[in-house]
Amino acid sequence: MASTDETEITAVISVLVENEAGALARVIGLFSGRGYNIESLTVAPVEDGRNRSRINIVTSGTPMIIEQIKALLDRLVPVHRVADLTKDGPHVAREMALIKVVSTGELRSEALRIADAFRARPVDTTTGSFVFELTGATDKLDAFIELMRPLGLVEISRTGIAAIARGPHTI
Amino acid sequence: MNATTDLGDRRQHAGQDGTAVSTPSLNGAEVLLRVLQEQEVEVVFGYPGGAVLPIYDALFKQNSIRHILVRHEQAAVHAAEGYARSTGKTGVVLVTSGPGATNAVTGLVDALMDSIPLVCLTGQVPTHMIGNDAFQEADTTGITRPATKHNYLVKRAGDLARTVHEAFYVARSGRPGPVVVDLPKDIMVGPASYTVASTAPHRSYRPITEPRIEAIRQAVALIKRAKRPLFYTGGGVINAGPAASEALGRLVRLTGYPCTSTLMGLGAYPTTDPQFLGMLGMHGTFEANLATHGCDVLINLGARFDDRVTGRLDAFSPGSAKIHVDIDPSSINKIVPVDVAVVGDAGRAIEMMIEAWHEDRAEPDREALATWWRQIEAWRGIDSLRYSQDPSPSAIIKPQHAVKRLYELARETGRDSFVTTEVGQHQMWAAQYYAFEKPNRWMTSGGLGTMGYGLPAAVGVQVGHPEALVIDIAGEASTLMNIQELGTICQYRLPVKLFILNNRYMGMVRQWQELLHGSRYSESYSEALPDFVKLAESFHGTGMRATCLGELDDTIRAMLAHDGPVIADICVDEAENCFPMIPSGAAHNEMILGPDQNEQAARITVEGMMLV
Ligand SMILES: Cc1cc2nc3c(=O)[nH]c(=O)nc-3n(C[C@H](O)[C@H](O)[C@H](O)COP(=O)(O)OP(=O)(O)OC[C@H]3O[C@@H](n4cnc5c(N)ncnc54)[C@H](O)[C@@H]3O)c2cc1C
Ligand SMILES: Cc1ncc(C[n+]2csc(CCOP(=O)(O)OP(=O)(O)O)c2C)c(N)n1
Ligand SMILES: [Mg+2]
Repeated sequence: MASTDETEITAVISVLVENEAGALARVIGLFSGRGYNIESLTVAPVEDGRNRSRINIVTSGTPMIIEQIKALLDRLVPVHRVADLTKDGPHVAREMALIKVVSTGELRSEALRIADAFRARPVDTTTGSFVFELTGATDKLDAFIELMRPLGLVEISRTGIAAIARGPHTI
Repeated sequence: MNATTDLGDRRQHAGQDGTAVSTPSLNGAEVLLRVLQEQEVEVVFGYPGGAVLPIYDALFKQNSIRHILVRHEQAAVHAAEGYARSTGKTGVVLVTSGPGATNAVTGLVDALMDSIPLVCLTGQVPTHMIGNDAFQEADTTGITRPATKHNYLVKRAGDLARTVHEAFYVARSGRPGPVVVDLPKDIMVGPASYTVASTAPHRSYRPITEPRIEAIRQAVALIKRAKRPLFYTGGGVINAGPAASEALGRLVRLTGYPCTSTLMGLGAYPTTDPQFLGMLGMHGTFEANLATHGCDVLINLGARFDDRVTGRLDAFSPGSAKIHVDIDPSSINKIVPVDVAVVGDAGRAIEMMIEAWHEDRAEPDREALATWWRQIEAWRGIDSLRYSQDPSPSAIIKPQHAVKRLYELARETGRDSFVTTEVGQHQMWAAQYYAFEKPNRWMTSGGLGTMGYGLPAAVGVQVGHPEALVIDIAGEASTLMNIQELGTICQYRLPVKLFILNNRYMGMVRQWQELLHGSRYSESYSEALPDFVKLAESFHGTGMRATCLGELDDTIRAMLAHDGPVIADICVDEAENCFPMIPSGAAHNEMILGPDQNEQAARITVEGMMLV
């Protein structure tokens, strides 16, 4: 019997799609049309010849809804493969953020110290500002951003996650 | 347009499947028609306009494909649905850009909801003008994305033939549905290459049709050990083709189990057979719904646990182990969690179940089954479809009686009859009182519930079955939604019978207002109705009217005997309600029966009122 568990879980789903016009709109429309959440979404071609793209989606819902989302994604005509990275075993998920901090004096040096501890790289520096580049798991980025808030954080740009299963098997 | 690319395409030569054939003299429109021919398309339902003129020109120059000119693009889609559902073929629609395409949208969603295979060809402005807000431009692929199973915009002539072939494959395979192909005018006018349909598997789309044997064995193990089993069959069995219905008959008789059906599945199992309990759901029979509520193994074959069927979900068939056979994996566990899921074609699944039944060595519990049947017969004894028709000739006609007599008199003619419906009470009475011995004889808008479906659908059915008796059992309000199709019916001399149960109300709305909104009949009276007899005549047809019981049989006989189109205006009891009824939000055992049966008050909860 399928799970009737009502607790919400977060799932990382990777979708391999034919790289054609409208494919992304179909995926997004499926979520918006049925009221499902998209917490983050990334997409880029992943093959030579650029005929296939990989979409990584972070979504949440009850286990039944997550199963429904996967089944609905899988029945889209241009979809090749759907993988539930959260369920199918361990995976690595990383995202990148560019974080702009505008401050001077003690705040500025504190920002730099923390960035160093997080291995965030300043990719742009002026006398009054930094842009840090940080790659890592989502919670690491979240933690860094929280620490930067009192230190002059003014702008954030995040990619959303790219994810892949650990071990030798592929999508 | 990139002419060199197209020349390049044209230089390719015929070879194995999927390669270009050298056809230097064809333009896009001609290539399109060749694809339709290869796909064995016999008829296209359409309406012309600027963007599709090249296609109409190509149609003009050939005879193998017939074009039926409808009077509204929505009707073209419903006609194609009626054609598809009654013949098992894929329906084809051709409409112009902009308003032609947007008018088709209701029909597309209707076909999507009811899993009807269609290919809808839409005109589009030339590729270089797309995005300019050009005259009669609409973002057709954008608008129809959630209205179709899939859609395409053909941007290069070299993709045309392959794309249209693929559209047919996608429309008819797996869970069938409507597919739109948007065709810019320059692609239709310019040179294009023809390619034959590919037999190679699709790159990404691979529907599962063959069920897993383990799942079948697991299902049969449950089925064979059931004490209170019930088959719950749906539109998927019709989708699976007539052989699936034939196999269903064998399975049901082999097991000796009771069988119910959804609205969409009627006819897959003969509705006159004693093992058939009638339709289940909101307006299903007492015995079908109580059996659903009380069974211990529920065997869903090609049905989708629609809310009209389940009623209150937490009270739906509470004690049963559930088996679900469906070709669409996303139907499984969507609404009702099931114990055994069988993904695949219903016809194949049923055949495999029959084999597995013979292999499984357990003996069915005949004693438990006999008790179960006794219980069912007791429920059946309530006779939930009983109505009282005053027998005097001057009596007002009960709508149920009109349908019953229509069925009986049509059967007497010995002709193969096909019924379409509009949406409302008359639709439910048609489902309850007309009997269907075979699949593909019953065409109704179930999922979307589109008023105005029945008349154009009847056009499509009659085009597909020129010799058959085709009747649209209609309501007076729904009929007016696509009444212009009387023009199509006249033009092609289609002997469609429009049988209107005229209660002068949007009866289904009136019924809900009576039961849920304190009899406040807000805007549900059919004011200013036309004279349907004169209306028929003005469209060069024949009109008839029955105002009392004494005129009913003669009117029906005259209608059936006439070899042209007829509108029969059957004036029926305005206040009649459709029973049994499970109010929205109620459970199956909280059914309201008609005034003639034991009064059973159901709590119509406020929660129920919020549902539709
Ligand atoms: C006014 C009104 C009242 C209604 N009242 C009722 C009512 O009382 N009772 C009722 O039953 N309905 C009623 N309906 C209809 C209802 O809304 C649904 O349309 C209907 O119940 C769905 O039927 P179904 O479950 O057979 O599914 P369908 O819509 O026919 O879907 C078919 C299912 O089978 C699957 N399938 C398709 N092809 C195959 C194949 N080859 N093999 C296996 N599976 C396949 C599909 O994936 C899908 O899940 C009413 C509609 C209206 C407008
Ligand atoms: C296009 C559309 N609009 C509105 C409705 C809502 N609706 C459902 S049944 C109905 C009344 C139908 O009246 P009629 O055709 O006379 O049939 P009756 O119920 O009287 O038999 C309405 C308005 C609908 N199903 N479809
Ligand atoms: Mg009416």
